[in-house]
Amino acid sequence: MAKTITQEFTKGLWKEIPPFRLVLGLCPVLAVTKSVENGFGMGVAVIFVLVGSNVLVSMLRKIIPSKVRIACFIIVVATFVTVVELLMQAYTYPLFLKLGIFIPLIVVNCIPLGRAEAFAYKNGMIPSFADGLGLGIGYAVSLTVLAAIREVLGSGTFYGHTVFGPSFQPFNFMIEAPGAFVCLGLMLCVMNFIGKKG
Amino acid sequence: MGDYVLLAISCILVNNILLMQYLGNCPFLGTSKKMETAAGMAMAVIFVLVLAGAITWMTEMFILRKFGLEYLRTMSFILVIAALVQFVEMFLKKSVPALYTGLGIYLPLITTNCAVLGVCLINVNEDYNFIECIVSSFGYSSGFGLALILFAGIRERILLARVPKPLQDTSIGLATAGLLSLAFFAFKGMI
Repeated sequence: MAKTITQEFTKGLWKEIPPFRLVLGLCPVLAVTKSVENGFGMGVAVIFVLVGSNVLVSMLRKIIPSKVRIACFIIVVATFVTVVELLMQAYTYPLFLKLGIFIPLIVVNCIPLGRAEAFAYKNGMIPSFADGLGLGIGYAVSLTVLAAIREVLGSGTFYGHTVFGPSFQPFNFMIEAPGAFVCLGLMLCVMNFIGKKG
Repeated sequence: MGDYVLLAISCILVNNILLMQYLGNCPFLGTSKKMETAAGMAMAVIFVLVLAGAITWMTEMFILRKFGLEYLRTMSFILVIAALVQFVEMFLKKSVPALYTGLGIYLPLITTNCAVLGVCLINVNEDYNFIECIVSSFGYSSGFGLALILFAGIRERILLARVPKPLQDTSIGLATAGLLSLAFFAFKGMI
């Protein structure tokens, strides 16, 4: 293991930032980023699931037989998703209603499952924790940034507060489905542009 | 009867699962580079989703609701879908080899296709009866297939175009999907 724990953590923030570099878990990226509140809430839920499933899978990696590992990973991820679902229902009910079916859909989000397969199954507990936390934060940051762009342009607010004066005409296209695709595509383009240079 | 037709149209066009509900985007971008893979994926999704819709509906009605276990919905649905996909794969390999070679490689991918789990959850959340559930599963999956095949057609043409370097591949794909989604937007308010 040449990589240090810090490297495992920071790679998720830029080098392998999930929605852009890995192009995984796109559905919630598009669906919940209508407002910063939703995007951030979803990001936090994903961090929890990702860290939890990564740690648990790395702890169980010697017990899980490799032939049925995918099924085991799915159960581990589904367990944490259920925990998040119930917690959100109890403590942040309005957010739970807004995110709707996208909370259960974290199960099939590919990122927790992908990390379990690609990283946690082969590494110890502490690197897996760092990996999960890094990628989770990277994911949450991307969601929040995209949500900020869409909310500011689409409804003229940021986290529910008005940004522009009363003469601002909301750019409705941004908060609807087509805007989500175009905005994500353009963000990816900017990321590629910066990445090529650096 | 009219209700079912309306439901089907609403699922295929108005609430298109890919472009309006944002579900199943990973296979949408992953398998749309070639027409053949797109068609294979579309067929596999239609096939599995109708089966999965029926079975998860039964699971919900006859097991989860009966015993008050709704909080286990996510976990039981994903297990049912994973088992179903595995079973379908084995069944096709054994008895319909021609279909298996066509769909084969796409079947395992379907377990993690959020469109499948998403539609199963929508069916249950909307309290559809059994026939409505089948109609909506079929409608949503055909909508998925329609969007995927249209998109693959466009993407094959993009390959011939000169795209600026940072925009290549996924980036231009997403922008194109945005335009396609705008086209589907016109169906909004039809029903």
